[in-house]
Amino acid sequence: MEFLYDIPLLGLVIQLAVYLVDVFTTNGTIILALAAPIALGALCGVMNERSGVVNIGIEGMMLASAFAGWFAASIVGQAMAGAPGLAFNATPAILVGVAVAVLTGMIVSAIHAWLSISVRADQIISGTIINIVALGVTSYLNLLLTPLSPPTGGKFSPFIPPDWLVDIPLVGWLFKMFFQQGPITMSVILIVVILQVLLLRSRWGLRTRAVGEHPKAAETVGIDVIRMRYQNVILGGIFAGLAGAWFTLDYGNSFQTGMTNGKGFIALAALIFGRWHPLGAFGAALLFAAAGSMGTAIRTTPPTGQLGQLLTSIPEQVFAALPYVVTIIVLAGVVGRSTPPAADGQPYQREATT
Amino acid sequence: MSRYLRPLIVPAGAIALSLVVGAIVIWLTSPLVTRGGFDLMLPFTTYWALIRGSLLSVNALVDTAVQAAPLILVGLAVGLPFKAGLFNIGGQGQLLAGAVTAAAVGAMMSNSDPLVAVPAVLLVGMLAGALYGFLPGFLKAYTGAHEVVTTIMLNYVGIQIVAWAITGPLRDPASSFARSGDVGNAALPALFNAGGGHEAHLGILLPVVAVPLLWWLLYRSTIGFEIRTVGANPDAARYAGMKPRRLVIFAMTLAGALAGLAGSVQIAGEIHYMTAAYSTNIGFAAITVALLGRAHPIGILFAGLLLGGMQAGARLMQVEAGVPLQMVDLLQGVILFFLTAELIVRYVFRVRAQTGGLVEEVQTVTRTYGGQTTAP
Repeated sequence: MEFLYDIPLLGLVIQLAVYLVDVFTTNGTIILALAAPIALGALCGVMNERSGVVNIGIEGMMLASAFAGWFAASIVGQAMAGAPGLAFNATPAILVGVAVAVLTGMIVSAIHAWLSISVRADQIISGTIINIVALGVTSYLNLLLTPLSPPTGGKFSPFIPPDWLVDIPLVGWLFKMFFQQGPITMSVILIVVILQVLLLRSRWGLRTRAVGEHPKAAETVGIDVIRMRYQNVILGGIFAGLAGAWFTLDYGNSFQTGMTNGKGFIALAALIFGRWHPLGAFGAALLFAAAGSMGTAIRTTPPTGQLGQLLTSIPEQVFAALPYVVTIIVLAGVVGRSTPPAADGQPYQREATT
Repeated sequence: MSRYLRPLIVPAGAIALSLVVGAIVIWLTSPLVTRGGFDLMLPFTTYWALIRGSLLSVNALVDTAVQAAPLILVGLAVGLPFKAGLFNIGGQGQLLAGAVTAAAVGAMMSNSDPLVAVPAVLLVGMLAGALYGFLPGFLKAYTGAHEVVTTIMLNYVGIQIVAWAITGPLRDPASSFARSGDVGNAALPALFNAGGGHEAHLGILLPVVAVPLLWWLLYRSTIGFEIRTVGANPDAARYAGMKPRRLVIFAMTLAGALAGLAGSVQIAGEIHYMTAAYSTNIGFAAITVALLGRAHPIGILFAGLLLGGMQAGARLMQVEAGVPLQMVDLLQGVILFFLTAELIVRYVFRVRAQTGGLVEEVQTVTRTYGGQTTAP
């Protein structure tokens, strides 16, 4: 292979391709793990925006859930110390933590639903409120709790696939990528596929899309627009809650102030880049996570020769900014336009029956 | 009730209710603060410290003015686009663009004559912010890309630009950690020094200039009339021969300039250099300021002073009552909640519904988010 790299220009392209494949196959596990919260956040967005409710509060929902899940696990962990773990090291503390995180996501979503649907407030302001209050409450409580140093409630351990599976040539890394994961990350793939099928092939999906595209027409054929929107926004909270649980119960086992650190907004970017489709959003999340890994890989194991010089001359911040820049580009329609559902952001008011 | 007092009921009610919610949160968490039982007095000691730290001494007043200045400037940067039917969430990014440019030029001109260096730093910050506001304005006008998403994305691009600039080209070689050089002579001169680090710099005068200017622009000039018309009804504006595209770009660019100016003030007036991890929540607090002030320049002035006072008093609150600074952020979010869920305020204070609601023009903002609308 190496001799090909000496061809002018084309050699560089070949070397880059080989390098990209190498980075992706060796870091597949971490890329998928880091893509999980982005994908889950984006799925929360899919549920909201496909039924016509803009959600820029994903960041706040994730943060609130991450804190609540971690705190609940910590309390239960202290009360039930030494309880045996099940598969994935799932102790009662962790399971309660996940449940509380999911519930928190649903409660915060219910507030968003109430403001957006019933109050008919500006949905962007509603999302902003969630982001500000979630950051305020969690940092306030975290600062008060830090001196007490509450013990961690533990975290899921990743599944370890058997060696013979991982060692299969060519495709072994895929098994490692998809199976050497905690349960939340592993479930993401399943959720994405199910949601994609439901959204595009089921009665519920058709109704959801109708409510998001043309609520008046939907109401005319007997769909309860208000109910549908409430239901979908609150169910979307489950995904934001799972994303929150990923931070403090799957990937890590502690809470830090502001730890979601913009992941909720990358999720928003993935939602738009994936054109409001579950599969598209998942692909975008993988791409964004891979871009991040690429930035790190270039610092730690740069390719040799000219390509190495070329890649290391790119500031690593370029890779971090990539998700945001490509989102602006697709939204502006420079390369393939991305258009939101038609009724996204419009409150619905039922016409008075006389 | 006079027509001047009426619009104040809902904002004042929202502030009052949020203080009640804050008091409940403080009381509920008082065992964590005092390491004892529930303390019914803690909310009162907290608010008393907040008031003393923001109002009841010369130091406190100086702190409030210094904290309020950037909040008012960025508040105007959010409020002006509201009038044109645009939601600028990018105050944060525009502020960062202004700040990093001011840090660069400030470090370069640290030995120049202050009479040249100070205006130069303020001006380049404004220009950088203007450019950073022009971008989403242009994209909105000519491609229809919604400004809410583009400005959010640009906020995060801004963080990366700052990190790159400070660890790369702007890094001060004399420093052991990544920071830009000191602005030296380009620092904003002190107008009044109360001692003990409580210094009122030139920056506090900028809102005093910007607020009347913006009021004049919006309510007394032709372009202001056109901006308000586009915000209220873009179709009518186009029919009347106005150019919505140009107005959208103008509003966003001017907003960016104001936020960029706030960025220069932060660097040249407050910290005098920039670190790679420089962060602030001014850009987000400014959204509360703009909405609390109903997007009116005078309203934004008072809302900025209120939130600036809360920021200023927060330090004394943390020291004296032991309640973390973040209580203030929480209060700001809750104020915004009650402003939005106005019906709660109206129910509690028995006020009849007013026409227009929160900010009339805001109503058009989110409604243009969906795919039905094209470029203006």
